[in-house]
Order: sequence, then C-alpha cells, then structure tokens
Amino acid sequence: MSKIETIGRHTISVLVDNEFGVLARVIGLFSGRGYNIESLTVAEIDPAEKLSRITVVTSGTPMIIEQIKNQLDRLVPIHKVRDLTIDGPSLERELALVKVRGTGEKRVESLRIADIFRARVVDATIESFVFEMTGSTDKLNAFINLMRPLGLVDVARTGVAAIARGPEPL
Amino acid sequence: MSGQELTGAGIVLKALVDQGVEVIFGYPGGAVLPLYDELFKQNALRHILVRHEQAAVHAAEGYARSTGKVGVVLVTSGPGATNAVTGLTDALMDSVPVVCLTGQVPTHLIGNDAFQEADTTGITRPCTKHNYLVKNVADVGRIVHEAFYVARSGRPGPVVVDLPKDILQAKHKYTGSASVKHKSYNPQLKGETKLIEEAIELMAKAKRPLFYCGGGVVNSGTAASQLLTQFIHLTGFPCTLTLMGLGAFPASDPQFLGMVGMHGFYESNMAMHDCDVMINIGARFDDRVTGRLAAFAPNSKKIHVDIDRSSINKNVRVDVPIVGDCGRVLEDMIKIWKAKQVQPDAKALKAWWAQIEQWRARKCLTYRKSDTLIKPQFALEQLYAAIKDKDFYITTEVGQHQMWAAQFLKFEKPYHWLTSGGLGTMGYGLPAASGVQIAHPDALVIDVAGEASILMNIQEMSTVVQHRLPVKIFILNNQYMGMVRQWQELLHGGRYAESYTDSLPDFVKLAEAFGAVGLRAEKPGDVDGVIKEMITVKRPVIVDVVVDQKENCFPMIPSGAAHNEMLLGPDDVAKPVSEEGMVLV
Repeated sequence: MSKIETIGRHTISVLVDNEFGVLARVIGLFSGRGYNIESLTVAEIDPAEKLSRITVVTSGTPMIIEQIKNQLDRLVPIHKVRDLTIDGPSLERELALVKVRGTGEKRVESLRIADIFRARVVDATIESFVFEMTGSTDKLNAFINLMRPLGLVDVARTGVAAIARGPEPL
Repeated sequence: MSGQELTGAGIVLKALVDQGVEVIFGYPGGAVLPLYDELFKQNALRHILVRHEQAAVHAAEGYARSTGKVGVVLVTSGPGATNAVTGLTDALMDSVPVVCLTGQVPTHLIGNDAFQEADTTGITRPCTKHNYLVKNVADVGRIVHEAFYVARSGRPGPVVVDLPKDILQAKHKYTGSASVKHKSYNPQLKGETKLIEEAIELMAKAKRPLFYCGGGVVNSGTAASQLLTQFIHLTGFPCTLTLMGLGAFPASDPQFLGMVGMHGFYESNMAMHDCDVMINIGARFDDRVTGRLAAFAPNSKKIHVDIDRSSINKNVRVDVPIVGDCGRVLEDMIKIWKAKQVQPDAKALKAWWAQIEQWRARKCLTYRKSDTLIKPQFALEQLYAAIKDKDFYITTEVGQHQMWAAQFLKFEKPYHWLTSGGLGTMGYGLPAASGVQIAHPDALVIDVAGEASILMNIQEMSTVVQHRLPVKIFILNNQYMGMVRQWQELLHGGRYAESYTDSLPDFVKLAEAFGAVGLRAEKPGDVDGVIKEMITVKRPVIVDVVVDQKENCFPMIPSGAAHNEMLLGPDDVAKPVSEEGMVLV
C-alpha cells in the first residue's frame, strides 16, 4: 500500500474447540502467513463444552490485524474471535516466576524491590529467591529489568491472559 | 441399518454412499486395505485406479469442478498421503471441494516411525481447509459427513480424513447423518442489505464502471452465472473475468471484454486501470490480476463480494465489502437495482464504451502468421473452430499453452474450463481431464498441454486407457518450458538456463505404447486434419503439435508494471524491469 500505516499491538481472544491440533492450526496460521506472535496463552476454560480460550498478542498494521482476525475466524474449530484492543476496555494480566541469585546487599535490595512491586517470595534458599509476580506485561518487564543487575538467573512467564471489562462474556 | 455393527471401513463407505458419492479416485496400499476390501464387496461406488496419488486429487478436482459436486480421493498412509499434498494444495488455492481419505498406521503405532507412517494431519494442515485424525471408531460416520459439509460449504476446499488401520477394522454402529449442523463453522451466505444498497448507489452514479468477476461465481453454482449475466445485461456495464472465472459470463457476449490480468486482454486491463467503479464478484485481487498494487485501478471505488471474509481487504482496500455467497448477493443486487429503478448515466456509459471499442480495435491477440511454422495461437484457433459447436470441456497444464488456451478458446458457460490457477501446477491437466471424462462420458474432453507439463503426470495415460476414457491431449510442443524461456528472454538476457527440454519422447510412439492413438502435426497444413481425426477417434489420443519454438505469449503486463503498461507483442519494447519487479514471480 502506498500510504504508510502504523503498526499497533493488539490482544486477540479466540474461543476454540479443545480438539486435537487446534493450537497447531492457530500457530501454523501465524507462521505460515508471516504474522507476529508476541505472546500466546491457551487453556481449557469450559470442560463440559470442551472449549479452550487462546489469547494472542500480535502486532501489525490495521490491514494486517484485520487479516489475522479474518484468517482465524475462518478456521473450522474456531467459535469466536475478538480484538480486545479495539472492542472496548479490557484487562490484561501476566504471571512471572523470577529467580534471583545473590548474597549480601544485592539480595536485600532484590527483596526490597519485590516488596515495592508486590511480588511474593515463593521459594527461598540462603543464596536465592523465586518471586511470583502478576501484572501487566509492562510491569513485569520493569521488574525483571530491575532484577537483572541484582542476580537474575531465570524467568518463566505465562504470557498474557486478557478479558473485556463489564458484564458481557466473549 | 439400525443395530447392525459395521467395521470402520464399512461405515466410511456407507457414509460416502449417503453423501451421494458415485466415484472415488484412489490408489491402494497397506493401511487402506480394509477400505479396499469393503469396496470389493459392493457395487454402489465406482473406484478409478490412478497411477500416482497426486493425479487422484487432480482427477477428483476435475470431477468436482465440472459437476459442482465434491470429489473423493482414497490413498494410503505415508507416501500415499505425501504424494497427494500437491493436489490438495492445488484444490485449496483454487477452492475446489475435495474429500481425501488417507490411510494411517494403527493408533498404537502413531509416533513410532512405523512403516509408511507420516504425520499426515501435520503435513496437510496448511494445505487443506480442514483435516481430521479419527481416533475412535464411534466418530467415523460423523467425521466423514462433517468433512463433506466443510468441503462444500462457504469457500469450498479440500478436507483430509486420516483413518488409522485399527479404526477401519474396529466395529461400531453406523449413526451418521448426511445433514450436518456444525457448531462452529457456519459461513455467512446472505450479504448485508445496507452494504448491497450502498453498492447499487455507487453503481448508479458510475461513469466508467467495470464488472471484475472470478471463480467465486463458478463455485456458487450455475444459477449464480445466470444471475450474473442477467445483472450485467440489466446494467449495460462491461465485464471482465479472471482465469478462474472464465465461463461465468458468456465469452460471446458483446459486454465481455475478455480475460483480465498478466496475459489478459488489452481492453480488459485498460478498463481495469481507468474504471471509476469496480464491481468485484467472487475474485480475490490476485497478484496475477492486479500487477503493481500501487498503480492498480488508482481512481476507482471498489465493491467486493466474497464468501470468504479474509479475501476482502487482503491485497487491495475496498470501499464496499460484502461478505456473502455470490449467487445470493447477485439476487439481492438485481432486486434492489430493479426496486430503485436505477437509471445509469447513459451519456457517460456511451463514452466509456466508445473508449473500450478503441482499445478493442487494437486487436490485442494479433500474432504474426506463418506458412511454414505452426503458431501455437493458430493451432488453438483451429481447435476452437472445430469444437465450438460440440459439448466440450478444456483442461490445461501450466505455462504459455495455458494462457493461449485462456485467450483463444471461448467459454459460454461455467464448469467447462478447468485450469490450475492459484498454485500453477504442471501436470494438472491430464488427470483433471480424466476426472471430467468420468463425470461426462460422452463429452469431448481436451487437455491443452505443453510438452514439459504433460510429462509430469504422463503415467495417467495408463489410467485413461484402462478406464476407456477418450481424453484428448493436445500438446503444443515447442521443446521449451515456454513460459520459463519467455521470462528468461525478457528478464534474464536470453540466458535459457535449463528451459530447453532435451531428449523428449516421441509422443506418437508414447501414445501407442500406452495403447492410445498418437498423431502429429508439423506444418500449418497438417493442423486441421489431426484435429479432425482426434475428435473422430473414440479413444484416448495424444496430438503432438510441433509449434514455433520462439513464440512468446502476448499481451503481457511485465512484472511490477501497471495495467496500462502492457506489452502487446514482440515489437513492443518493455521498460527495463524494476528491481522490485524482478523479485516477483
């Protein structure tokens, strides 16, 4: 396209049948068509109806984002596709487990910062902590960056889970 | 039926019969032996043994595309399934409804690298509309019926059902029902009325309107083509068709401008470039049609009707997007047009048509005639003259001959032109022709081929001879991969790397070796005679038409150029192709 379109970050919620290969279908769509995946979370949310919810954070021009949604929507086992970024206010949360190793002042400092960020200590040895922290992606990034000089050795993150504000379901 | 237990294989066949299937194209192997055993014991389904699994899919495509039904394929596990991949991709790109049953190793061996095991659902996921791995015999009936529903609904496409051998042998009651209500896949058929009204308003005010229609109209059924014709006559607007859409509007109609795109008609492409309102019905703004996107129909408002929402605003931004079935939307468009008593701008239309007539007067298909060499265009003109009053079906391979066939053969109705448009699969034409001939035993079915393409599935001669299919193979033999040679001439300084085909077989003897008839034309004077004989002989025939080796396919929009920068013939000097154009395929 001639005019340059801005690239935006979008959080898309997808309701799918929890069946064989459905995640591969979604991931294959993104890789096959060259779309970005910044974060992807999936879990069964309705065992009775065998439904899973996939939350995918992606980025692209408005035209690409529209393509992604339309391409997802035409997959056979997909029930609903919603763009939480543009369909109204929404909440995003991510959980991280952050392992910091060190002694002395650095160890104390990591604990102090964890307190400020409301991270919980879920494991401790005399030379390490594992912090559990929930929040927005930005908050997690900020925390992890602060931990880096204090002995950060390992991080596990869940990826983004997101939901629309207000009474309406997906 | 109720209460009686069947094997999984028996359930598959029963479901096929309930779906109205009459013909299966297939090739046996270890994993599908239970299915072949059941086939042996019954008479409702006819099995056509092909000679390569790719050909089974193309044959099913030929059957499907010439009838509007779902084509059915049966292949074994491992290599059977991987060989089918090209055919499945072809069917996906061209939206052809096909159900492909693949054998699989028994469930307890899946993942163990068993003999003839392949991850069929993994491999075919990106090249099918949907696929299934059946893990429980209780699901067999439901899944087979669902596969047909998915294959034919919405934008049609290929569906794979992977059947482990133990599932085929296990027993269960047959509970399937041919009518499926799918819980998540229910494509929208009716277009939004508000948008259709908006489209009609745009059309009413148009000064230089153009219909641009494609394979979606053909897929929507013969009624959609009739509605399209009715609507185009009602409006008085010109119409162009894509390669896949040929036949959706009668070629002989004065409102038809010919095919659009890279090797489309001059008048079509110029009209595309200059139009002010474009009405796209069931076409997808393919890169072969649009040329350079930035210069594509720059001053037009665009209406796009497509059953696949993801086709809309993919390559080209449109002003009025209408999601729906072409036939249904056309019906509504006609209704609204009539209700509003639309009177198009007669004066503007008259001027537009006058402009179009000027473009037409360029006679873009003109080529240099020869008394000594057979020009491929001449051969096709003579072919068309000989078949035009018959019930004929044309399939093609891929390359120059395909484009010439699209230019020189005229199609008055849908379902009669079958070509590999999206994927561009050499080797498509012969197996597709055999599928067409199975569906239409008395019709004249001709595969217009090149000598390179035909060798890609030449083994199917054995299939057509075995099943007594009087398919005609009309080879335009220039001893080159002609389209490759043409691009090398235009883009790579005439360095013909590997595009000359050495050591070609003697096609006449080859035909005879297969038990078919072989004919050859070497001079222009031979052409009519061999065509006549080809049509008269009620057996499979290969015609080797020895044509001018140097002929190029014109008109042509060079890579990266706009519609109004067409080359009309060898004397037109192209601007040097831009770097951007060089990387395009």
